[in-house]
Amino acid sequence: MNEPWWIDVIKALLIANVVLLAFAYATLLERKLLGRMHLRYGPNRVGPFGLLQPIADLVKLIRKESFAPTAAVDVLFIAAPALAAFTALAAFAVIPFGGVWHWGPYDVTGNVLDVPIALVLLFSLGAVGVYAFLVGGWASESKYSLLGSMRTAAQLVSYEVSLALSVLGVVIMGQSLSLTEIAVKQQETIWFAGPQLVGLLVFLIAGTAETNRAPFDLPEADTELVSGYSTEYGGMRWGLFAQAEYINMITLSGLCVTLFFGGWGGPGLPGPIWFLLKLFAVIFFFMWMKATLPRLRYDQLMKFGWKVLLPVATVNAVVTAVLVVAL
Amino acid sequence: MSHHYSGVQPLGTLKGFAVTFRQVFKKPITQQYPEYKRPVYPRFRGRHRLWRHENGLEKCVGCSLCAAACPADCIRVVPAENTPDNRVSPGERYARIYEINLSRCIFCGYCELACPFDAITLEAEYELSEYSRDDLIYTKDMLLAPPVKRMPVADRELYDTPEPVWKTES
Repeated sequence: MNEPWWIDVIKALLIANVVLLAFAYATLLERKLLGRMHLRYGPNRVGPFGLLQPIADLVKLIRKESFAPTAAVDVLFIAAPALAAFTALAAFAVIPFGGVWHWGPYDVTGNVLDVPIALVLLFSLGAVGVYAFLVGGWASESKYSLLGSMRTAAQLVSYEVSLALSVLGVVIMGQSLSLTEIAVKQQETIWFAGPQLVGLLVFLIAGTAETNRAPFDLPEADTELVSGYSTEYGGMRWGLFAQAEYINMITLSGLCVTLFFGGWGGPGLPGPIWFLLKLFAVIFFFMWMKATLPRLRYDQLMKFGWKVLLPVATVNAVVTAVLVVAL
Repeated sequence: MSHHYSGVQPLGTLKGFAVTFRQVFKKPITQQYPEYKRPVYPRFRGRHRLWRHENGLEKCVGCSLCAAACPADCIRVVPAENTPDNRVSPGERYARIYEINLSRCIFCGYCELACPFDAITLEAEYELSEYSRDDLIYTKDMLLAPPVKRMPVADRELYDTPEPVWKTES
């Protein structure tokens, strides 16, 4: 393992830009897909098949006035979207999208940052990212924003527990916290989606809640809270929040692929291609879910999180642990 | 089944997923507007049109009944006397100025109801956006000219709609 610093920098730049591009086109994909599921076309005016729509949206957002309520706490109001975007983008650094390439005298790993505690790092970055949503809503000095923030706090804390527990089974089977090692282990044995099916289901549901996506989009429930924590945000500041949400979804899909579907492993095609294909499939599922399920009520959300998801995740982790030790 | 979590029905949820997935392969029902213009109803009330007799004289005699009937007060008529060397309409007088302020008009059609000579009717045109309010004041020349854009109108046979009484009896 010898990897000079400049390869890391190139990889970091590359991945950051690829993820941002993926975010831009995830918005288009979502709007197109939701459109087709509603018997509409979705955006199809800007460029061929609407392919330039994300660029038009970006230009619009950047040119918009960056206003703030007079009563808002300026520093926090401005810092919150930046923090959200940063943690979202940083979290993707540990997701492995390929094995090790031998390139001249260097060994290049298929992720920006190969740390043995990648999973813990990812969850802690996600936990920091939650603060952005809380602080942004609080600093707006608006009732809707504050209510959105409170819902974010309650929902994300509740479902983070289930999310972590659902992953525990995979960690026990993979016997590592390193995402690369877990993926390699799956390529050597079988995809953990099979033995950890319960874990996968809990992960998908809790992950949807964790990324504030329908049917768990209570923090921004448009019909009740205008737009939740981002009510008072406009222009590119709002754009950063939206970016954070989409990149969180992409990261979570990447995590799902790595933990349950063998990461970059697959026959024939090179690793990153397989990773992208699987990533697309998981993202498609999230969008499909958004088109299908109506938003939960708040009490349903809490009941489901604590009384169904958490026990199931706990039992899954315990049973996995017992079986791994026994066999 | 004594107690279940309200709203959570696994089977119904799965069915829902099947429904949304099926839609993807159907043809969207969207009508792509600027390219496809849905034919308007035969009695659609769009932009006004002033008419001439077959001999070229204007039907409007400048009686201002349309302006009186207009609830939005958007019609301005200034009449003048017809003279032998300046005969504009078959009546005694004609409309020297006939203006409709389309930024005020509510397209109620009372003007065509009020008109005793069927000089003014509401036609099919509805693409009336302008960059300036001033451009929405239509003068007599503009109202007399045939419309630049021709909007598709649905076949009258498709609807059980007789020709309006005030268009046939006069």
